Amino acid sequence: MSASTETGTIQASDGVGPEEDVQQAVPLAAPTDGKSRKWIELIGPVLALFLFIGIWYLMHYWALEAVFDRPAFLITEPDRVIEESFLDSDNRTTLLQGLYWTTVVAMCGLAISIVLGMTIAIGMAQAQWLERSFWPYLVALQAIPILAITPIIASVFGFGFSARILVCVIISLFPIVSNTLFGLLSADRMQHDMFTLHGAGRRTRLMKLQLPGAMPAIFTGFRIAAGLSVIGAVVGELFFRRGEKGIGILLDVFRQRNNYPLMYGALLLSSMLGIVVFSLFGWIGNKVVGKWYESTREGR
Amino acid sequence: MTADTVTPAPSKETAAYIDFQNVSMTFPDGTHAVDDVSLEVRQGEFVTVVGPSGCGKSTLLRIASGLAKQTAGTVIGNPREMGYVFQDATLLQWRTVQRNVDLFAELEGMPKKERQQRVAENIKLVGLTGHEDKYPKQLSGGMKMRVSLARSLVMEPSMFLFDEPFGALDEITREFLNDELLSMFSAKQFGALFITHSIYEAVFLSTRVLVMSARPGRIVASFDIPFAYPRTPDLRFGADFAELAGEVSEALRGAHA
Repeated sequence: MSASTETGTIQASDGVGPEEDVQQAVPLAAPTDGKSRKWIELIGPVLALFLFIGIWYLMHYWALEAVFDRPAFLITEPDRVIEESFLDSDNRTTLLQGLYWTTVVAMCGLAISIVLGMTIAIGMAQAQWLERSFWPYLVALQAIPILAITPIIASVFGFGFSARILVCVIISLFPIVSNTLFGLLSADRMQHDMFTLHGAGRRTRLMKLQLPGAMPAIFTGFRIAAGLSVIGAVVGELFFRRGEKGIGILLDVFRQRNNYPLMYGALLLSSMLGIVVFSLFGWIGNKVVGKWYESTREGR
Repeated sequence: MTADTVTPAPSKETAAYIDFQNVSMTFPDGTHAVDDVSLEVRQGEFVTVVGPSGCGKSTLLRIASGLAKQTAGTVIGNPREMGYVFQDATLLQWRTVQRNVDLFAELEGMPKKERQQRVAENIKLVGLTGHEDKYPKQLSGGMKMRVSLARSLVMEPSMFLFDEPFGALDEITREFLNDELLSMFSAKQFGALFITHSIYEAVFLSTRVLVMSARPGRIVASFDIPFAYPRTPDLRFGADFAELAGEVSEALRGAHA
């Protein structure tokens, strides 16, 4: 190492020291080469899909009657679900319209939960008495069986759109508050000391230390809440049936008419919606924090 | 005895310094961390405190910087002139090397133009040119510590507080960074209060080594280290060096008992 003291410039002979090999992000999976890893990554999900469909057929053609002693039509075979729900253009239109309305409700509920939940969490992170006072009620809110308070929601908010959104918010609020709060409080003590030493106030601390550091946890919360908001929307529609016909309403209508193929079609669509919003938030989260966040598992 | 606050250095002194006079610290839970410690660090001095783990060494730095307040005694010094280098690199994971180095200056509201220049200068000084846009997760432990150093250097403190900054690094990296730190010390002539539990590190870096006893921590021995600066890495292999390190080690052994 040569140090030229006149300029105060210190330089290692090779620019950096012997320890300076940059750590590469190494996947934690078994040491397989890239090609066979790709192959395993593809074959697993395909096998799982075949297994799923296989069990579905097995239930229809064998298990329902032989094991459970129930009629086979209770579980429609997959090809018939596809044929009647999605290949028939009238039915398809009805289902896709239902999907549209459910999506609208779920996303409205989620948006409200995000704004409300983050505000609550930031408030709690700023003042511990707020957390101590209100946390039990949030836990309680999450533990309330939504069906039990449906009649009350209905009598206050009616049987329409806003009641559905409220159910969505009740179901999806908690994971956002808890994850955001956990993230905000996880900045370590030394980092806080560092901000104190350089004269940072509450606001600066929040904006430059706590919020950015909380982003991975916040997005975990968003992802969980996104999935729950779809459940909230469907459950809400099952009970508040005035107005647009979302998937929840369709599910109930088809069940009453013993139209099992379409009921399973509607179920498929709502599951898809859940998967899509869950993945979407995973993807956005990865875009936002993926560059710097060291997650314990790659590619999640 | 009532505790005085950390007061600014008298203006007649041009050089910055830290002066502890009979400082004691008892935490609210009754832990007696520091007992009657008096020490002085002037600009251009490199004073190291060695002692067993948990003896209250770090508490001294927290008091000097104003993060904690002593329960007895007087501390003179201006925390605004001090740069605190933490045990961990404490980098913000979401900021690149460049923006991490910029952090303190940004928090202190330094004008952007001046910041840019200083950040570039100090990244070069610690040998991280070319790594500006990397995130902490892409850096080795040694590189992270360099970023932490550069971040403090941007503020051009006249006094440094080092809290076991190289404690988590392997021996080779540690020696390498010791060499570099000494070059900076020779070039910039700041003052330093350095905490470590490595005797060799202490003797190699310092103008003076203080040995602290197990809790409650008190200064039990003081060694002036006579080697001239700039010190070269092979100083570590000399007989004088070994002898001094032996003496410090012996004092530390006594302190542990």
